[in-house]
Amino acid sequence: MMLTCKEVSRLVSQGLDRKLGFGERVALRLHLAICEGCANFSGQMQFLRRAARGLATAEDADERG
Amino acid sequence: MTQTNETRTRIEDERAYLLRYATLQLRDRSAAEDAVQETLLAALAAQAPFAGRSKLRTWLTGILKHKIIDAMRRAGREAPLPEESEDGSEFDVLFETGGHWREPPPTWQNPDSALEQKRFFVALEACLARLPAKTAQVFMMREHMGVETGDICKEIGITPTHCWVLLYRARMVLRLCLEETWFGAKEPPQR
Repeated sequence: MMLTCKEVSRLVSQGLDRKLGFGERVALRLHLAICEGCANFSGQMQFLRRAARGLATAEDADERG
Repeated sequence: MTQTNETRTRIEDERAYLLRYATLQLRDRSAAEDAVQETLLAALAAQAPFAGRSKLRTWLTGILKHKIIDAMRRAGREAPLPEESEDGSEFDVLFETGGHWREPPPTWQNPDSALEQKRFFVALEACLARLPAKTAQVFMMREHMGVETGDICKEIGITPTHCWVLLYRARMVLRLCLEETWFGAKEPPQR
């Protein structure tokens, strides 16, 4: 059940696109609790989503060039 | 149903904004121009909202999103994606053989404050431009427009697995790119 960081990076990404299975969620949570790099990665993936939502919606986006 | 000349002018005034928006998502100037043209025609044929500029822009952008998805669907049909070696393994280099990060992702200081800055979105757009066109399209459909992965697959005719790989690739590249150009900009980029 131990995931590598490489597997975690894929699961974190897929977790934004599909509902992960119970086993996947447990394994992911265990890994994120003990791995700072993957915890940072996971937060950054969620940040990317917020950033993408905010793209080109600023009122004066057209004045940027 | 007829528009006043003033409304027509107000709609035309939004052309530059809409073109920018469409170009960002479609990555193809002429496809973007077509989508904007279709949007403006549809807008002129409909009843525009009477309210202020931001309401008009929101309304036009809503029409444009449908035209963009139509354009992506057409593009997906015309140039089917190759299925070969689409497993995202190009990022294996970021990991050691045991699967641990070679360089674990560092903490980004207060990332949400970046969302208040126009310069950040300029940097994000520059990073998006580094992605292959199809990868960027899928990312924008998923993360900007919020289209469900299953619907993206259907729209552009790819498997769910391929869709996840494209999204993974987009996120990996964007993370590294933002780290280089924005969050880690104090240090020189490591090349």
